[in-house]
Amino acid sequence: MANSMAKSFLQAAATEEVVSPLRVVQIEGLVILKIIKHCKEFSPALVTGQLLGLDVGSVLEVTNCFPFPIREEDEEIEADGANYQLEMMRCLREVNVDNNTVGWYQSTILGSYQTVELIETFMNYQENIRRCVCIIYDPSRSNQGVLALKALKLSDSFMELYRANSFTGEKLREKNLSWMDIFEEIPIKVSNSALISAFMTELESDTPVTQCDYDRLQLSSNPYMERNMEFLIECMDDLSVEQQKFQFYYRSLSRQQAQQQAWLQKRRADNMQRKAAGEDPLPEEDPSNPIFKPIPEPSRLESFLITNQIANYCNQINGVSGQSFNRLYLMKSLHDN
Amino acid sequence: MAAGDRTVLQFNSPSSASLSAKVHPLVIFNICDCYVRRPDQAERVIGTLLGSVLPDGTVDIRNSYAVPHTESAEQVALDIEYHHNMLVSHQKVNPKEVIVGWYSTGLGVTGGSALIHDFYSREVSNPIHLTVDTGFRNGEGTVKAFVSVNLALGDRQLAAQFQEIPLDLCMVEAERVGFDILKKTAVDKFPNDLEGMEVTMGRLSALIDDVYKYVDDVVEGRVPADNNIGRFIAETVASLPKLSPPAFDKLMNDSLQDQLLLLYLSSIARTQLGLAEKLNTAAQIL
Repeated sequence: MANSMAKSFLQAAATEEVVSPLRVVQIEGLVILKIIKHCKEFSPALVTGQLLGLDVGSVLEVTNCFPFPIREEDEEIEADGANYQLEMMRCLREVNVDNNTVGWYQSTILGSYQTVELIETFMNYQENIRRCVCIIYDPSRSNQGVLALKALKLSDSFMELYRANSFTGEKLREKNLSWMDIFEEIPIKVSNSALISAFMTELESDTPVTQCDYDRLQLSSNPYMERNMEFLIECMDDLSVEQQKFQFYYRSLSRQQAQQQAWLQKRRADNMQRKAAGEDPLPEEDPSNPIFKPIPEPSRLESFLITNQIANYCNQINGVSGQSFNRLYLMKSLHDN
Repeated sequence: MAAGDRTVLQFNSPSSASLSAKVHPLVIFNICDCYVRRPDQAERVIGTLLGSVLPDGTVDIRNSYAVPHTESAEQVALDIEYHHNMLVSHQKVNPKEVIVGWYSTGLGVTGGSALIHDFYSREVSNPIHLTVDTGFRNGEGTVKAFVSVNLALGDRQLAAQFQEIPLDLCMVEAERVGFDILKKTAVDKFPNDLEGMEVTMGRLSALIDDVYKYVDDVVEGRVPADNNIGRFIAETVASLPKLSPPAFDKLMNDSLQDQLLLLYLSSIARTQLGLAEKLNTAAQIL
């Protein structure tokens, strides 16, 4: 009598499998090199490409990728773009490459990637694929000797809000969503096939010091910091514009409320007079009066995104300052010796 | 002995005597990946090499893609349409990359290779043939590049000979990423800014120790002195700019203060963000 233990096939097929949360993105060295090559060749223009791989349990494996051609502004190129994608996927399929789209990658400049377009692209992808990631690569930071590769995903609560398209204060407070919760960063693991690691070990040059080290020990980080500060200042300006919008909204809202109260008082006074005169009281609400029209609350999405950007810039500045401190003290000790 | 009776086997002096090739690590990764994914019945993988020819004649191999093919004892069949489709697709992204040759895995050059080389020489003049030994037959992974040279007997074409040309591995990107990441089969996380600095400084101090040891050895007579190395060391030490201690201290303190200022500014900005957000979302209209 094992019936109680064994689920019937129908039952098993009917229960939806629980989607385990995405914990790690596993990238192959091949994909990293391809992304770096593509982004570096076209920098400072921003480029994008498609990621292919497999979705296994809580790990998203990215095994290959291909770049997108730079999109012109013409309309007819739209169809071309779709054709290119299909063609590439078909050709890669023939050589046994995983044919599954798992996301896309894009390059960025100094970490300024949080835009509304990114969110929209995410939503587009999310409709078709259950789990997708966006990999962001920053070629300007590789001059500092740091591999600036990040895997991002929109958090679920944010996606629900976005679909409902409401970013008012109460909703956000309900969900307890702050600007940090929009994007989730997923840790990246690198894996290589044994053949490739054998080759790389073989081909690694014998010098104990690589170009990476030279980049890291460079003393001048000024140009990079200057650009970072410029971007930061611009973002602060944008943020203050958004703040002013809010202030304006609150002010007009409170003014409207004052007007409503005044009108209500007048109505009540009128009604008292009418009662005294024995007439019917007028209704206390008047929806056709323009002062009762609700003012739409401005969306907080922009300010959240800008806040995210600013936080990013600050983090970068911190990182680079840390490195510079190291270098300066190193210089000092070398000089003393 | 009439010397004129002998026919001489004539090698066309390779006009490509100065030809050399540079290959990027991405190509090797691609080839290995295609080899690992090859269909079961195939012994080796064949594909096209893309790149450009630099002004000084070196061929720069930057990208590659595999082409499905079937091979038997007598004949070789290559999927030409696939090859053209992929070429068109790749050129949409990167119009500067053109065909510069073809690759195959496996150590030597086989009979079938000559046919394939013939096909590719119809596409581009003087294609490069790259062999990547994925079987590690010599105990190490060898990557070799060949060009084909025509063997002529008098006026008649006899055969084509594959001549090896010097191959240079241009590893700048791989170095940038860090061989440590690409070498292992699994890396758990990237080193962030400070960890990377640690590694670099460790390497630097190891290098300095090596130089010290060498100089000590030479002074004590354990190692014969090499004048060139000695001159290098002297130059390096002399290249430290001569600044008087107060000037150097001032310089260092100024830079330090600049960095501290930036750090302070970014911390303030972050605090302000936290405040602003609290104000924005916590404000309620009563």
